[in-house]
Amino acid sequence: MSTTADILETAETTVCQPPSRWQVIADRTFRTACHTFAWVTVIGIVFIVARIILAGVPAMREYGPGFLTGTTWDPNKDAYGILPEIWGTLYSSILSLIIGTAFGVAAAIFLSEGYLGEFVFGALRVFNLHFHPFWTHLPQRLEDLLRNLIELLAAIPSVVYGLWGIFVVVPAIRPVCNWLHLKMGWFALFSTDLSGPGMLPAVLVLSIMILPTITAISRDALTSVPPKLRMAAYGLGATRWETIFAVILPTASRGVFGGVVLAFGRALGETMALAMLVGNSNRISVSLFSPANTLAALLANTFPEARPNEVAVLMYAALVLLAITLIVNILGAVILQQTSKSQQGAH
Amino acid sequence: MSLAGESNGAGVGAAPAREKTSPESEVVIDCHIRELYYGTFKAVRDTTIPIVKKSITAFIGPSGCGKSTVLRCLNRMNDLVRGFRFEGHVKYGGQDIYLPSVDPVAVRRYIGMVFQQPNPFATSIFNNVAFGLRLNGYKGDVGERVEQALKQAGLWEEVKDKLHKSGLSLSGGQQQRLCIARAIATQPGVLLMDEPCSALDPVATRKIEELMLELKKRYTIAIVTHNLHQAQRVADRTGFLYVDTTQGGRTGYLVEFGESAQIFGDPQEKHTKEYIRGEFS
Repeated sequence: MSTTADILETAETTVCQPPSRWQVIADRTFRTACHTFAWVTVIGIVFIVARIILAGVPAMREYGPGFLTGTTWDPNKDAYGILPEIWGTLYSSILSLIIGTAFGVAAAIFLSEGYLGEFVFGALRVFNLHFHPFWTHLPQRLEDLLRNLIELLAAIPSVVYGLWGIFVVVPAIRPVCNWLHLKMGWFALFSTDLSGPGMLPAVLVLSIMILPTITAISRDALTSVPPKLRMAAYGLGATRWETIFAVILPTASRGVFGGVVLAFGRALGETMALAMLVGNSNRISVSLFSPANTLAALLANTFPEARPNEVAVLMYAALVLLAITLIVNILGAVILQQTSKSQQGAH
Repeated sequence: MSLAGESNGAGVGAAPAREKTSPESEVVIDCHIRELYYGTFKAVRDTTIPIVKKSITAFIGPSGCGKSTVLRCLNRMNDLVRGFRFEGHVKYGGQDIYLPSVDPVAVRRYIGMVFQQPNPFATSIFNNVAFGLRLNGYKGDVGERVEQALKQAGLWEEVKDKLHKSGLSLSGGQQQRLCIARAIATQPGVLLMDEPCSALDPVATRKIEELMLELKKRYTIAIVTHNLHQAQRVADRTGFLYVDTTQGGRTGYLVEFGESAQIFGDPQEKHTKEYIRGEFS
């Protein structure tokens, strides 16, 4: 240490000096801590996956790939198949993703394009208050408030969503659903009646649950579109609609898509609300009103009373769920990378 | 769409006769700003600038004097700013574009704009130029128009083999010429350029300047520039704006307007003289 100082010391009055022993130690400690925590996370994931695989091995040996295509779940006969659950998981996730994306992206556009602020500003102007010191910031504040409210949706516990679904959503949509079934029962989506829990209430609640993810990420992507592109479109005489759909959304599509993939991951794994709402019925039906089941709901409902043999089967099912989620995320990442190549330098 | 019809293009044959208007120097945009506010901030006052057909009009002045604001007034880009308020008139082909019945979107289709920062869209070169054509629902041969616009912008030779490539793959100067091609593809009546060279290197700047002189034969151009030499080189007429700090705010106003030769050779006003001699910036 002293040698370095000797070499570098050039002027009598200099206050420069090499890092002290404590600075060096603190730096090393911090670096080691970062390494440790990062690796602990990785090891944790590996450990969890390994445990699930190990616990599921007996079931894998016994039932093999037929487990994925079997349609019965009967512990008394030792007959296990999770095709209805795979179907239910994908069906509910995709439907809720469609609804959630439509509403989520629309909300993100509403929040990022200043529609609300403009409306409030216009309303203030009617009363000639738009430059009043107290009211000037109201448009901005209301936009922030609305954004936070939507993000707050993510803070509601899953079980509360489930209860809300049972006591509010199901009674509210039942008359409509049964009317649709009565009048248009020939249509595959309406081919059963809604007797209580079922696919549609589960999907509706699930889409509300994934909405904040899509909105928050899409909004960030939309606001990070450079203002100069917006100006370019307006300068060419594009209407706001044309600007949003021809310029801003395509430029932000990467971010929006990232949000959708993340939301899809969440929808696949969502457990409590679905366990309460989906009906836990082992059947494959395209009908929106039919009860169904999902992998996560199956796991949550069956584990507490599972026998040792059944636990292995459930671990196998858990592994399948893990694999589906992983595939979705990897596919999403690949698509993101593909699009990023064609959009280089957009920002 | 009250701007459609007779006021289409630069040909303003039906424009009412004005004083100081001779046949060869026909005023396309008659801009008179009495007062212009952003919120409670008075940005510009008392500025009258006529934009003459098939010539280049330059706005010069120190930073913050509102020259860009004045330019953006001419195609109602300022309407996008919350709290913008305008008193006065801007007449395009004799018609006031600030009448409540006029759609700002329509105004911007007839009066094109090129910005300070090159801002091509994140799509192919072809689609960038075709954007305006598609907005206007052009039914003819889009490819031909795109080629023509790129040729007029002096970019065709450089990009003709990679029209499908992203506009963002071009260099800064090329991007700016792409933006010019995009703006002139629909053959607007007037082309507004807001410091189009300030983000470019000298070589690219010179190219854009040559391009402007070439475009002048077909288009009416108004340009804002920091660069006095640029104004001197390209502009037929020059307006000098200055910022007035006497009333507490920073309000820009027009000090002097005239032929570029006169403004640069024989300025009449004290502020103009000082600015052109480089006594402040």
